[in-house]
Amino acid sequence: MTDIGFVRSEMVEARPAPVRTSGAVAWMKKNLFATPLDSVLTVFGVAFLLWVVPPLYGFFFGNAVWAGGTVEDCRVETAGACWAYIAAEMEFFIYGFYPAQEFWRPNLVFALGALLLAPLLIPKVPYKRLNAVLLLIAYPVVSYILLAGGMFGLRVVPTEQWGGLLVTLIISVVGITLSFPIGIVLALGRQSSLPIIKTACVMFIELIRAVPLITILFMASVMLPLFMPQGTTVDKFLRALVGVTLFTSAYVAEVVRGGLQAIPRGQYEAAAALGLGYWRRMWFIILPQALKHVIPGIVNNFIALFKDTSLVYIVGMRDLLEAVKTKNDSAIEWQSANMATTGYLFAGMVFWVFCFGMSRYSIFMERRLNTGYKR
Amino acid sequence: MSQVSETTIDRSIDTRHMQVSTTEVAIDVIDMHKWYGDFHVLRDINLRVMKGERIVIAGPSGSGKSTLIRCINRLEEHQEGQIIVNGTELTADLKRIDEVRREVGMVFQHFNLFPHLTILQNLTLAPIWVRGIPKVEAEATAMHYLERVKIPEQANKYPGQLSGGQQQRVAIARSLCMQPRIMLFDEPTSALDPEMVKEVLEVMISLAEEGMTMICVTHEMGFARQVANRVIFMDQGQIIEQNEPEAFFSNPQHERTKLFLSQILH
Repeated sequence: MTDIGFVRSEMVEARPAPVRTSGAVAWMKKNLFATPLDSVLTVFGVAFLLWVVPPLYGFFFGNAVWAGGTVEDCRVETAGACWAYIAAEMEFFIYGFYPAQEFWRPNLVFALGALLLAPLLIPKVPYKRLNAVLLLIAYPVVSYILLAGGMFGLRVVPTEQWGGLLVTLIISVVGITLSFPIGIVLALGRQSSLPIIKTACVMFIELIRAVPLITILFMASVMLPLFMPQGTTVDKFLRALVGVTLFTSAYVAEVVRGGLQAIPRGQYEAAAALGLGYWRRMWFIILPQALKHVIPGIVNNFIALFKDTSLVYIVGMRDLLEAVKTKNDSAIEWQSANMATTGYLFAGMVFWVFCFGMSRYSIFMERRLNTGYKR
Repeated sequence: MSQVSETTIDRSIDTRHMQVSTTEVAIDVIDMHKWYGDFHVLRDINLRVMKGERIVIAGPSGSGKSTLIRCINRLEEHQEGQIIVNGTELTADLKRIDEVRREVGMVFQHFNLFPHLTILQNLTLAPIWVRGIPKVEAEATAMHYLERVKIPEQANKYPGQLSGGQQQRVAIARSLCMQPRIMLFDEPTSALDPEMVKEVLEVMISLAEEGMTMICVTHEMGFARQVANRVIFMDQGQIIEQNEPEAFFSNPQHERTKLFLSQILH
């Protein structure tokens, strides 16, 4: 039998507080020097940063030659990145061989795109439906007329002259916008109870997924004309677009299929029991839930597509990376030790900015769609 | 049979409108058989439900109760025999299936509300897109039924924010918004906490009082006793016995029924 009663006999005297547990010192003690091993690792880490950061800073900023610098500056032994070269060749990196007096046309296309895309991406802005119609239907037509010309007194600019970031953006934007709905339809088709549709979708997806993109681009540009009737030609640019789009849509289809499978049977049944037909069940009930689940996977595919656009150099097109490479090889007037490195760094940074943007936006979207019915 | 319970509703049932039609057939199931692959899951089902009838289907798990009522709105397909609902025979014809589903409401064990839509959107989606009712009107109807199930204040919440009992009441209201002529209940209280069973049963009883034709698969024997005008007992995919609730509970005939009742009633 233990005694569970208790009566305090002595009062506890007040003591000074222990060492501060907040503030920089406490933080360092907890996170950097908690154990001897931690302390050793911290010392090594700091040493590594001291070894790596200053030269990198010097290359990128301190010793870099900025816009307005000359090639002589870049040829100095200690010179860092030759940004002057990038600035001087910027037009080629953006427009390729697009005629200089017509630059206003791609510029207008860029501006219109940004103007229509931004309000669509910001949830609060109203008129989403009108916005989407303008962006998805009117904008492509206007852009095509502006870029290709041949109408309304605009000079014809053949697609062979398009290049640089312009090509990268066109291929990825068109590829993303088209592969998304095609992928959804393929995923639904693969789940269809109609054997012909199902088989066709499975065959398409498995064929495209099992072949490298390079092969598809080659097929599109070399093989396709052999099957076409004599005399008809399909634009090389268009062929590459179709190749990239079909390739990505097969991947998107499989990601979406995963989302469809994650939706409980009860959702399909409840929708059916209410008398909703197949397409309405999919549009209102199944797809909104399924697509929300697979946002990370879909954006993954879009990022991959964006980077894979550089493969179109294989069929002789000059995307951003290829434009940089062309100048690296041919701009003798900028020949210097760091010229090529700077060029590739620039291309890498542009790719990174776009891909990182997509990634952040997808995370934002996921959070937004989640709050709706979190418990 | 731990899921069998006998929640009693301590109020008298208003029977004024609970008349069973003697001429109008709501559902006619004739010599119906169904297989899952090689497994003969429903055998020789004959069931005629008159307009205004309230039928409770009982039986051990795996006896085919749920499968039977899921055949009535073609969530499951039967292979032999006929199922005629409101005069429309169910075949592979999608038009007929949609026709039947418009007039037959269904409430599921796990509610199956649409989690990405608000309660109000859950209730108005089908009236707007299947019946073509204007949005304003559909919302008014939805609010009317939400008031009937006593949760109008939840209209703009999402299903995930509601308790199980509230979700099931929303599910019932969702079906009612289509103004169906028949309601099917597939174990509507089996997934609920005990104290929430009552609020759902109350709604079902008030529906019965209005003369709704109902088929309920349920383990609520109190509900069967008070509300049903016929209890059907199934085992091994067959209808073993059916009778008025009084006779069914006090004087079961078939051995299997006796065994079942002895296990669930104390």
